[in-house]
Amino acid sequence: MFGDIFNAQFVASSIRIAIPLALAGLGGVFSERSGVINIGLEGMMLTGAFTAVAVTNISQNPWIGLLAAVFIGVFLGLIHAIVCVTFKANQIVSGVAINLFASGITVFFSWLLFGETQIMTKSSLPIWGLPLPNIGEGSTFIRNMIVMFAHYSPLVYLTIIIFILSHLILYKTPFGLRLRSVGEYPQAADTMGVNIIKMRYIAVMTSGALAGLAGAFLSLEQAHFFVKEISGGRGFIALAAMIFGKWTPFGTAGAALLFGFGEALAIRLQGVSAVPVQFINMVPYLLAIFVLVSAVGRAIPPAADGIPYEKEIG
Amino acid sequence: MKSIRKFDYYVLLEKITPLIAVIFALLVGAIVIKLIGEDPIFVYKTLFSNAIGNRDGWGNVLFRATPLIFTGLAVAFAFRCGLFNIGGEGQVYIGTFLATWVGFTFTNLPAFILIPLCILTAAAGGALWAAIPGILKAKKGVHEVIVTIMMNWIAASLTFFLVLKFKAPPTEAMEAAGVKQMIPHTREIAEAARLPRLYTILKTLNIDFPSYNQVNVSFFIAIAAAVLVYYILWKTNLGYEIRAVGYNPLAAEYGGISVGKNIILAMMISGALAGLVGTNEVMGFKYRWRQELFTNLGFNGIAVALLGKNHPLGVVLAAILFGILNYGGAIVNIYTEGRIPRELIMVLQAVIVIFVVIADEIAKRLIRKRRKVL
Repeated sequence: MFGDIFNAQFVASSIRIAIPLALAGLGGVFSERSGVINIGLEGMMLTGAFTAVAVTNISQNPWIGLLAAVFIGVFLGLIHAIVCVTFKANQIVSGVAINLFASGITVFFSWLLFGETQIMTKSSLPIWGLPLPNIGEGSTFIRNMIVMFAHYSPLVYLTIIIFILSHLILYKTPFGLRLRSVGEYPQAADTMGVNIIKMRYIAVMTSGALAGLAGAFLSLEQAHFFVKEISGGRGFIALAAMIFGKWTPFGTAGAALLFGFGEALAIRLQGVSAVPVQFINMVPYLLAIFVLVSAVGRAIPPAADGIPYEKEIG
Repeated sequence: MKSIRKFDYYVLLEKITPLIAVIFALLVGAIVIKLIGEDPIFVYKTLFSNAIGNRDGWGNVLFRATPLIFTGLAVAFAFRCGLFNIGGEGQVYIGTFLATWVGFTFTNLPAFILIPLCILTAAAGGALWAAIPGILKAKKGVHEVIVTIMMNWIAASLTFFLVLKFKAPPTEAMEAAGVKQMIPHTREIAEAARLPRLYTILKTLNIDFPSYNQVNVSFFIAIAAAVLVYYILWKTNLGYEIRAVGYNPLAAEYGGISVGKNIILAMMISGALAGLVGTNEVMGFKYRWRQELFTNLGFNGIAVALLGKNHPLGVVLAAILFGILNYGGAIVNIYTEGRIPRELIMVLQAVIVIFVVIADEIAKRLIRKRRKVL
């Protein structure tokens, strides 16, 4: 029984489920590190998921679909930044509005362009196989693992690269230092000549790009279709992962993997256990609440998170 | 003297920002309609003339406004305590399902007991569901936004499980045709648990009103809830404490007000208001629980609360406006044979929210500038 559940395929599906959460969570890291709460990740993901499928089907090229999803994410990030940074309006309200907008606009266009609310992808990204080392007649588990890891969608490799890059940008470059200072103590950053408005725009638009990419992964790779509300609260679970990961890229990735593991386990248990499927479906959401409760006191948000910057002029 | 009058003008501006936002949103809508090759003037004329041009339209508008008054009040009430209750959806689910359960279980109770019992159950269910994020916020400091959202999905799964447990037996016609329930639903609630439609009341007053119109007594419950919210917030100690916590929790704590207690109470009252949606959807309309994925009532409540400036009267007016847009949008969808999807209205509602917050901010800045000049 144990071996039936925890095999290489299980590990692979955990990772697959974790990727959109990790990407969107990383978007949250960028945004909140600069001091802007982004509840709109959910809507940006949803719009990205729709755009990826729609543009892929129209252009017959999944790469263009992917790019379009990122672009639309950046655009929604721009709107969030205009409302929250320039107009200093309530960040949660703006995020909620983006989610509402996304729910409407995706269905609106899927009716308009395709005449239905569920769209199958007509072409998908290739699977990239890395050259396999010769491992002979070893354990099947290890061999399966290597095969699994060597044959993934390009997006999986891309995600790993994005995470390493993000870590380097945030912690090893002057740009990252400025970005974090803007979210911790903007007054000080301002006196040092950092352009707070610009930094926050860049951060929020980056978070939109990542959420759009997460959405594209969800529809193009995971589901192979778009359906109304496909994001299913994952944008919010991603925020929980970000908090649990203490607003760091690798921490968020780890928390996302934990969620991926939980959801994969829940899916596996559907056939095996006597627990009704509806309760199994609750697992990711219960896990998110549990994770948030246990993160309290350990995870401290950036000091200026959620506070619009007001220049102090006498 | 002149400058003071000018100052009043800006305060007035702040009061009417929702109106400005709505006008701008309608303009954006017109552009979208134009872009997809339809005539905006025809669309808006169809929308408004059908929604508010006759009694049937008004009835439909009020029917659609009723649940939004409840969820709008729910969001506004929590907001007065500084809380974002994004979990209206889940509270609607739990309150409505429990009220339905009472309605089809205690079928031999008389109406004067069963109706109040169902209403109270709806409120209690919502309050219970909202208490969880309230307690987590008060005792553990967990931010309510993510928890309430997660509670929405948990509520959806939980009611799905329950509806299968209490599924209505197939009707004879369904049995004969060998079809299953497309959307799982429960048995109907007892006659004694149903709220009268407005038509039956107007008939006794000899007022002409279409009998098929779905607007029902729940609308008056919603208005009563709005009055009650006003009373609690501005005429009771509890309301004073809740507003104090919302205004400045540290100062409230220093003043001897228990922040935690008020957070939990505010969340529970907010949840109770959301749960009351069941009075309209089940007791006054469908008479049974149907498992449908989110109706967005909870989320639209946020837009309604914002547009209504978190004031009960504003909430009622904003809900009626959304009722007009929702019903009119559905009619437009039919008139244009689906060329204008009704989701356009959802987009418009989102645009309204964004414009309201931006317009508020601009008005505030203008007032601040004005004050400095004075």
